This record gives sequence, C-alpha cells and structure tokens, in this order.
Amino acid sequence: MSIELLALVLIAAGAAFFVVGTIGLLRFPDTLCRLHALTKADGLGLGLTCLGVALLVGSVGEMLRILLIWGLVAVSSAVSGHLIAGHVLRSNAPVRGR
Amino acid sequence: MIDPLLLFDVILGLAIVSLAVTVLVVRDRFAMIVLVIVFGLMSALAWVRLAAPDVALAEAAIGTGLTGALLLATWRQVRTEPERWPALPRGVMVINMGLCALVLAGLVGAFLATPLGTPGLGVAVADNLADSGVEHPVTAVLLNFRAYDTLMEVVVLLVAVIAVWMIDRGVSQAPQPTLGPELGDLPRGFARLVLPAITVIGAYLLWVGTSAPGGAFQGGAVLAAVGILLLLTQRYQPQPSHRPLARGVFVLGVAGFAAVALLVAGGGRVPFEYPADHAKTLILLIEGLVTLSIAATLAALFHGREPEAISTQGGRS
Repeated sequence: MSIELLALVLIAAGAAFFVVGTIGLLRFPDTLCRLHALTKADGLGLGLTCLGVALLVGSVGEMLRILLIWGLVAVSSAVSGHLIAGHVLRSNAPVRGR
Repeated sequence: MIDPLLLFDVILGLAIVSLAVTVLVVRDRFAMIVLVIVFGLMSALAWVRLAAPDVALAEAAIGTGLTGALLLATWRQVRTEPERWPALPRGVMVINMGLCALVLAGLVGAFLATPLGTPGLGVAVADNLADSGVEHPVTAVLLNFRAYDTLMEVVVLLVAVIAVWMIDRGVSQAPQPTLGPELGDLPRGFARLVLPAITVIGAYLLWVGTSAPGGAFQGGAVLAAVGILLLLTQRYQPQPSHRPLARGVFVLGVAGFAAVALLVAGGGRVPFEYPADHAKTLILLIEGLVTLSIAATLAALFHGREPEAISTQGGRS
C-alpha cells in the first residue's frame, strides 16, 4: 500500500513537471528559453514517472527495461536539445541578449 | 461519477480529430509535418487505450518515427520551393468530397450493421492458437492464419522501394542533395552509444513477437532507425557497388516468405499450412528475413534515390 502511494506521488510529481515544462514552452520568448524549459521538464518529469512506474511493476526484468527506456530517452533528449540549440545559434533566429 | 478514463478517452479522441483537421488547414509545411508526427503519437496512445499494443507499437515506430523521418527528409529537398499550392479545380474538390463521404457512409454503415457485444473472430483464434506454433495471438494471425495478407504487405514495401529508385532515376540528373549539415561530434558519439542498444532492441522485438506484442514490422522499423542514424552521421555512405547487395536484401523477405509457402505446399498441404512440429521455426525464419527486408527498405526509402558515385559530375555511374 505504502509503495503504491509513493509511486502515485512520484508519477504525479513527474506529470507536474511536464505541465510546468509545457507552460514554459508556450510562454517563453525565444527558442533557447523554450528549450531550457522543455529539457528540464523532460528530464525530471520522465525520471520521476519512470521511478514511479518501476515501483509498481512486479519483476526485476521489467524494472530494468524501464530503466533502459529512461536512459535512452534521456540521452536522445539531451542530444536533440543540443542539436536544436546549435541550429538556433547558426541561424538568424532572434535570441535574447545576442 | 464519470469514469476518469472515459474522460481521458474523450479528450484523446477530440485531440486526434482536431490534430487531423489542423494538419489539413495549416499552410506551413514544416508545421504540417510536426503535426502529423504528434497525430501519430496520439494515435499510438489511442491504440494502447483500445488494448492493441501491437498496433500501437507499429503506429509509433512506422507511422510516427519513420514516416516523420521520411517527411522531414522530403521537406529538406523541397523547402526552397515557394510555399504555394496550385488551386485545385472545383470539380476535383467536389469529386474528392463525394468519395470521402462515400467512405464515411460505408464506415458508419459497417459500424451500425455490426451487432454489439459479439466476440468476433477472437474466439476462433484462441481455439486454434495451440496449432499455430506461437503463443501470441496477433503473431499467429499475421504469420499463420492470414499469412497470405502479410506476404502482400511485404510485397507493397518492395514495390515502394522499386518505385522510388525508378522515379528518382527518371526525374533528376542533379547531384544528390546531402542529407544534412555536418552534424559534429556529439551526434556521432550518440550514435556510437545507442546503435548497439537499438540493434539489440530490434532483435528483441522480433523474438518476443512469438509470445508478446512485437514482431517483424516493429523490429524492422527499429532496425531501420539504425540505418537512418548511420546515414545521418555519415558512418555509412551508400556506394554504387552496394546496389546488388541492397537489392538482394530488399527481396529477401518476399522471396523467403514465398519459398516457405511453396515448400510446405509440396507435401500435400495448402500454402502456409506449416507442419505442426516446425511451425515456430518456420514463422521465426520468415519473420527474421522479413525484418531484414523491412529494415533495409525503410532505410533506403529515407535515403531516397539509389546510391551513385558522388565524385562524378552530373553523370550517372
């Protein structure tokens, strides 16, 4: 019971990070700021959600698979963020403070 | 008290419909592609809600990931052209609307004519699952009970890649546009890190398909992502000398599939009536060959035209 409650809290916290990140994506002025909001939300939100789900599954194998999914998404999210930021810097898109 | 999941389903359904409408209405090509990708992800979620994880996996991997990559690669080649569509003649629009209305009427008719609460063919599949050679009903249907349809689906992919190579050979003598800017060290490191993992995951999806959601199409799509990453990071550059090998891999799935069907038909059986002792082996053999073909075909579609010598100027090798 307490484990399920803990998982619920973790997943809810993860969802909250996604909501905050989405608000940032919609409200922030330029691509780099939006990227900042999105990558933070993505990293923490997904991490917390995966942690919560991992607590709920029964077997060690499934836990390891969730861990693998989290690792792959985290790495690809970081690399895509880097690629988009590099593209913004090379292009003439408006960036605050340039 | 409303079931909160029902609320979720209604919101999801509305989101899918409004995404579809927005894709048709928006005038910016890039926004259109992004919306199609989001539409695919939402559809995958809807398939999960309909308890069809196999379809959800295929929708996410092929319908969203690979189609998105194909659309973006196409966008890269046409983005310098003006963003204007020629106006359609009114007659064509009226005919299109009429055809769409006919399809809609057919779907509504089929839905209304189906009695509610019938088990469908699920019972028949469950009854015969033990004879199919695999434990997962979807794989049993795809590779055994209606294997002929699946063979035709693999043929469609083969025809697609033949068509793309033929058309590109005809329309353009211009030098091949590069896939993208030099990506730098980070994506190369990323590729080195994830490529082994993706390869294992693709093979795992193929193998697990005999007893759980997964299979040749899902595994093939994931392996195609390996090819796309290799192409994007320029770790693999197609050469004209690779063409025979590529053609061989394209037809491998269809050829192997058809060969098994004909071979089992030899001993007084009908095609696709696998001998019970070897059903699982044969299904895995077919799926393995089809997976390789799907992966190579999808990656080749992403690359576009057939490989040619880059050093020659304008001329064909």
